[in-house]
Amino acid sequence: MTEKTIAGIQVKVLEDGYLEDMSQWNEDIAKEIAKEVNIELTDKHFEVLNFLRDKTKASETLTIRSVGKSGIVTIKELYQLFPKGPLKFSSKIAGIPKPTSCV
Amino acid sequence: MSTQEKKPLEKVCMICAKGSLEDVYATLVMANGAVMEGIETKVFFTFFGLDGITKKTMNQLHTATTGNPAMRMPGGLPFPTVLGGLPGVESAVSSMMRKQMEELDMPPVDEFLEMITAGGGEIYACKLAIDMFKLTKDDLSDEVSDILTIGQFYELCDGDRTQIIFT
Repeated sequence: MTEKTIAGIQVKVLEDGYLEDMSQWNEDIAKEIAKEVNIELTDKHFEVLNFLRDKTKASETLTIRSVGKSGIVTIKELYQLFPKGPLKFSSKIAGIPKPTSCV
Repeated sequence: MSTQEKKPLEKVCMICAKGSLEDVYATLVMANGAVMEGIETKVFFTFFGLDGITKKTMNQLHTATTGNPAMRMPGGLPFPTVLGGLPGVESAVSSMMRKQMEELDMPPVDEFLEMITAGGGEIYACKLAIDMFKLTKDDLSDEVSDILTIGQFYELCDGDRTQIIFT
């Protein structure tokens, strides 16, 4: 675990860049992390991020299937929003732990 | 710390030649996992594996209840082989397996194939096996992009950081 300054805020991050404490997250932090993986966040991205954060707060295991059934995006759109890492990158940008599900 | 540069996998090619529930799902989970990791993914279904992409069979795959030493009763006791041979037992066990997978958010096969192609993964059927089982492209899931010979499939498997996995 290391301390890192993202968008002017001191946050705790784990080895691979995931926030340790999801309550330290805000939209500016999200935009900074998104830049690292070359993603420019839109409103649609934030809808997904907020969905992921809500599910995480409710202690639900996240899968891309559950995001696909959320009514926010289809799985195909999820891949378009977060290329090459629909769950991995979206979780990182949402400030929640690295996904542990295989689906 | 090692200074050696990491060389992540770029492409994964899978060959599924068996048609039991667990064989097909092992392939689908690995293929979908690769797509989710941003790895280029191509899956080739051949012989009995074709059941996994044939419309009529793909959502009714079975797990073997005879000749399967890892088979257990709910609770962990060994599953008697004699029991496995009784009519209906294999269907019941298979549907129970499917139900348990559904609880872990593992989708039915047709939906799983859609998830893989939604992320850019590609599904192929083996020409030789298609001819042997007298199937046509219309019998196959719409997610199947083409019917290929194994030679054509190998051509798709080029690249330094490519792995071929046989399940």
